[in-house]
Amino acid sequence: MSQDGVNNSRRLLLLGSTAAVGAVGAGFVAVPFLASWNPSEKAKAAGAPAKVDISKLEPGAMLTAEWRGKPVFIVRRTQEVLGLLDGLTDELKDPANGNKAQQPDYADNLHRSREPELLVLLGVCTHLGCAPKFYAEVKPEPFDANWKGGFFCPCHGSRFDMSGRVFNGSPAGDNLLVPPYSIEGNVLVIGVDEETA
Amino acid sequence: MSKQKSPIMGWIDDRLPVTVTYEKHMSKYYAPKNFNFWYFFGVLSMLMLVNQILTGIWLTMNFTPSADAAFASVEYIMRDVEWGWLLRYMHSTGATFFFIAIYLHMMRAMLYGSYQKPRELIWLFGMGIYLALMAEAFMGYVLPWGQMSYWGAQVIISLFGAIPVIGEDLTTWIRGDFLISGATLNRFFALHVIAVPLVIVALVVLHLLALHEVGSNNPDGIDIKKHKDENGVPLDGVPFHPFYTVHDMVGIVVFLIVFCSVMFFFPMGGGFMLEYANFEPANGLKTPEHIAPVWYFGAFYTILRAIPDKLLGVIAMGAAIAILFVLPWLDKSPVRSIRYKGLISKTLIPVFGVVFMILTWLGTQPSDGYFLGMINNTTLARWLTAFYFGYFLLMPFYTRMEKTKPVPERVTGGH
Ligand code: HEM
Repeated sequence: MSQDGVNNSRRLLLLGSTAAVGAVGAGFVAVPFLASWNPSEKAKAAGAPAKVDISKLEPGAMLTAEWRGKPVFIVRRTQEVLGLLDGLTDELKDPANGNKAQQPDYADNLHRSREPELLVLLGVCTHLGCAPKFYAEVKPEPFDANWKGGFFCPCHGSRFDMSGRVFNGSPAGDNLLVPPYSIEGNVLVIGVDEETA
Repeated sequence: MSKQKSPIMGWIDDRLPVTVTYEKHMSKYYAPKNFNFWYFFGVLSMLMLVNQILTGIWLTMNFTPSADAAFASVEYIMRDVEWGWLLRYMHSTGATFFFIAIYLHMMRAMLYGSYQKPRELIWLFGMGIYLALMAEAFMGYVLPWGQMSYWGAQVIISLFGAIPVIGEDLTTWIRGDFLISGATLNRFFALHVIAVPLVIVALVVLHLLALHEVGSNNPDGIDIKKHKDENGVPLDGVPFHPFYTVHDMVGIVVFLIVFCSVMFFFPMGGGFMLEYANFEPANGLKTPEHIAPVWYFGAFYTILRAIPDKLLGVIAMGAAIAILFVLPWLDKSPVRSIRYKGLISKTLIPVFGVVFMILTWLGTQPSDGYFLGMINNTTLARWLTAFYFGYFLLMPFYTRMEKTKPVPERVTGGH
């Protein structure tokens, strides 16, 4: 007890415990405010698979489909294009699909796809989310004098090859994502792994 | 001098400190008599803040914050609402002029060492305002829901994805969806019209309270409180009202003439204030050919792009802003004003201003272009980024090393 009749240590204890209980209470009150920023149930339910007719997709051509509001690139690659893939290893950041999260198991191969010709990629740059552009031809481009065909992001210049693997010197660190998909005859189903047929 | 106070004023003063407050902040706030051109921009920032709040409130009366209707409601404001086009252009041009005023205001602080002891808190509150202002401008640009709104938001929010471990979840949390969507638009609307303006206004109040506690600095960087007359009034000070209130009116009129010229004749600012791609509604499947931020984010965007690695780029950009916060502790010079600093500072401070302007310009240009047809934009961006950081990181050394000039006892020049 101090001289003026104030018990300082008791006062400190009361102060401290009130503050602690108050802080815990504030923490609980913060939960609804913070959690309300999470995707709503409606947003979570919007992930229905997208079905795309690919019967008219010519070899060498690309089609852009929409899945969950995002672009999906579908390319029917030619044999020449597939032949080039193997020779690019030294120029790529992750040639052998080291990042397993970037593709489903069935696309963990050189061509990063179920069927070698048919490439299915999420058209969202792994750098900052722009939609890369398709530059299919093997010819010098302003952004790369030795261009071997692939995707170029207009936002910050990331470059990807014909199976969505990122080239060295790009700001993007990861290969383009291969979404889950299955093929039912002429219909590509984006968003489901299993063939339901 | 003492006037007889009216009984009404006396009645109020007994209940609310009106006269005392008025005297403290206006008629008996003594500001140095040697303020120059650079000292207009505080009051001009305040003018733009009022403009943004007023026109913003009127815009909300006709704007619809939803992904389906936002773009159309802006067109509606432009075409069908009486004088709606003017209210919108006052707001969009106001954003640009707000940043012009703020950048010159900050440059002034750098020129005259206004951030140095005892004005560190003024500077820190100022930096808080600057940060909040950038958030405010970014979220405002998303609201019209054009192509640039959408892809600008995509790029900026994705920056948070660079943070290891929590990055991905954090971006989803900010967006409120797995992609930029109406949920993002709605929350940005709430933050843009209520939350951030409240924070900015509160910070401006703190900024000015801190300023009036220690008193204004001046182009000589001298403490005017060292020489006072027998009544305790600084010899080099003049009462803020009426001297500077009247003086500031000249600045306000000139500023508004420039403001109106731009607003009426170049409301898009040549694509730097309102970008052409934003006249197309948002399309989540197609990124515009050339995406660039509005001019006032240019410098930091350039620093982000200069580094060919996602995480390091984001860190560099964050550090470029963060380092400004600690400026008061980097400058070790015994004098405040550039007028009395040594040769190194005298050279580097203006060079820094120019470098910042070039960085800003580069941020609006494609990264594979050429600056003045001479040097590749990315190469230049890297050199200037190095200068930017060098300027601050070496400051503790060169400000201590260099030989300063003696500071006069009393301010020079003035009216
Ligand atoms: C809404 C934004 C702002 C408003 C309304 C505002 C307002 C003002 C006003 C009215 C003054 C006194 C007049 C003058 O010295 O020009 C002042 C001084 C000052 N402001 Fe700001 N300000 C703002 C933002 C900033 C920012 C972003 C910074 C820097 C990061 C800053 C740093 C300073 C400093 C250091 C002073 C003292 C200057 C001196 O005495 O030499 N302010 N501000």
